Amino acid sequence: MATTTDRPAPTVAAERRGAARRGPRPNVGRIALYTVALLAALLWLLPLLWSFATSIKPEGETTVTPPTWFTANPTFDAYAQVLGRGDLIRWTFNSLVTTSIVTVLTLIVCVLAAYGFSRFDFRGRPWLFALIIGGILIPPQTLIVPQFILMTQLGLVDTYWGIALPQVVAPVFVFILKRFFDAIPRDYEDAAKIDGAGSVRILWNVMLPLSRPILTAVGIFTFIGAWNNFLWPFLVTTDPDTMTLPVGMGTVMGNYGIQYAQVMASAVLGALPLLIVFLLFQRHIVTGVAGAGIKG
Amino acid sequence: MSERTHTPRAKGAGAAGSGLVDVRRKPATWTGLWYVLPFLAFYLLFLVWPSIVGLGYTFTDRSLAGGDVSFIGFDNWNETLTDPGLYESLWNTLVFTVLSVPVMVLLALGLALLTDHARRLGWFLRLSFFAPFVLPVAVMALMWEWMYNPSLGLFNGILGQLGFEGSEWLFSENTAMVSVVIATAWWQVGFNYLLYLAAMQSIPKDVYEAAAIDGAGVWQRIGRITLPLLARTTVLITVLQLIGSLRVFEQIYLMTGGGPNFATRTVIQYIYDSGFVGLRIGFASSMAYVFMVLIIIASVAQFRLFSRKEA
Repeated sequence: MATTTDRPAPTVAAERRGAARRGPRPNVGRIALYTVALLAALLWLLPLLWSFATSIKPEGETTVTPPTWFTANPTFDAYAQVLGRGDLIRWTFNSLVTTSIVTVLTLIVCVLAAYGFSRFDFRGRPWLFALIIGGILIPPQTLIVPQFILMTQLGLVDTYWGIALPQVVAPVFVFILKRFFDAIPRDYEDAAKIDGAGSVRILWNVMLPLSRPILTAVGIFTFIGAWNNFLWPFLVTTDPDTMTLPVGMGTVMGNYGIQYAQVMASAVLGALPLLIVFLLFQRHIVTGVAGAGIKG
Repeated sequence: MSERTHTPRAKGAGAAGSGLVDVRRKPATWTGLWYVLPFLAFYLLFLVWPSIVGLGYTFTDRSLAGGDVSFIGFDNWNETLTDPGLYESLWNTLVFTVLSVPVMVLLALGLALLTDHARRLGWFLRLSFFAPFVLPVAVMALMWEWMYNPSLGLFNGILGQLGFEGSEWLFSENTAMVSVVIATAWWQVGFNYLLYLAAMQSIPKDVYEAAAIDGAGVWQRIGRITLPLLARTTVLITVLQLIGSLRVFEQIYLMTGGGPNFATRTVIQYIYDSGFVGLRIGFASSMAYVFMVLIIIASVAQFRLFSRKEA
């Protein structure tokens, strides 16, 4: 965002001082900066790299002390073993189904509610909005006992709906979306109204196209949150066949014992789906965090 | 999948009965309520109703295993408020919060400053620092348990080669919580880091250029321009992180199970243990309510502090 200013042109000497600092010639400070930055990044990638290094070792080499980074006989045997069991694939599928339900439903109900609060006046609107926003303060973790009993009564334990439905309540997104809708000028709607459009058409044809970035951000964060949610799916599933990926990995993996190559191969496989999503949507995620400051 | 709703036509409402109202001039209609209704249904069923029912459970001896339920007055509340186990888990949660919040804020700030100055590596640094945030907790726990393994792990291996004594990490009461905090920082710092980075990159360039022309060095520019302009972001991140840290459960549960000797058992885990392992619905519910009230008080206090800072 370069803005033209009426500042007097800087003197030659000052210009040279500035240029020395920002110029292409690398100096000691810059080399140090880039070295530190690279080291920090490598340090952050280390757990991922170490998991991968372990996962391609033959099982006998994982327990060598001191630990070595590279094996002379790399093998994907551990991956074949893990995938051959099939449960990891099953859990991934379960995660995909439940996470999709959560994301779609959350987007639909939060968008409708935010639109209702943003564009209409109705009886009880202020206190209803206050009630919903107050829900942001309630930690969902403290409701696990009555929620679980409710699910038992509804017969939804060990079902996809049982995993997904309680996760749809996200008052914070209603708040964020309403603020976004409030900022959209009403001229667009007025034009549509003159053409005889009803409120549903205005939502669909005017509001939604204008809010694509925020909808993408909310969608991605709902997806990541639901995919990685542990406590609720952990409570509401007892059958390994209905478990989601984090729950299955957190509870069943103990049976692998000390086959570290296999455990790490599972960890790498379990990390992959969302890492791929992250790589594909990196730009949206970064702007999403920047724009809304959503904390799941 | 758009909700088809039949809007009752408000008497005398203009705009072809569309219900679209300019709040300042026209009478209220019911249309807005139809839009709010789906969310409200979820909200009432899965949040409000459990909150009310849960409060009722606290006055009973209900068991998860079923059986007769009788009304026992304030027994659960008395037991909760005098339970050393609750205070121990509150203390553990507090220790985790006090250790993790400064680390998660300052580390995020440091990494964001690095990224903001090392522009050429921008995408690579963003990728490295944020990638752990998208990992499922079970993946993160498996990776760190493996690195922390006292006899075979990477950390003690490196320490041993450098001639140091290895640590017990997750297996000692003295080091378990610190180990969990380190792993959590690696896992979750990326979010705060992105918030900081976005705030830094919204600072207009010409402010820096003006400072450079006046002969300010890099450190002066960070100290006099960047940090003061980031004050609001710092408050926001600290508030969010505090509330997040108080709700900690899953990574600790998976890495230590609350051990060794309950040294890392958090409040959420104690609620889970009482209700789902001990089967005592009433007792677990009263504990959950005590904790909920504490969290709400902490959150409200922080938001008030935050809005005063903003003003």
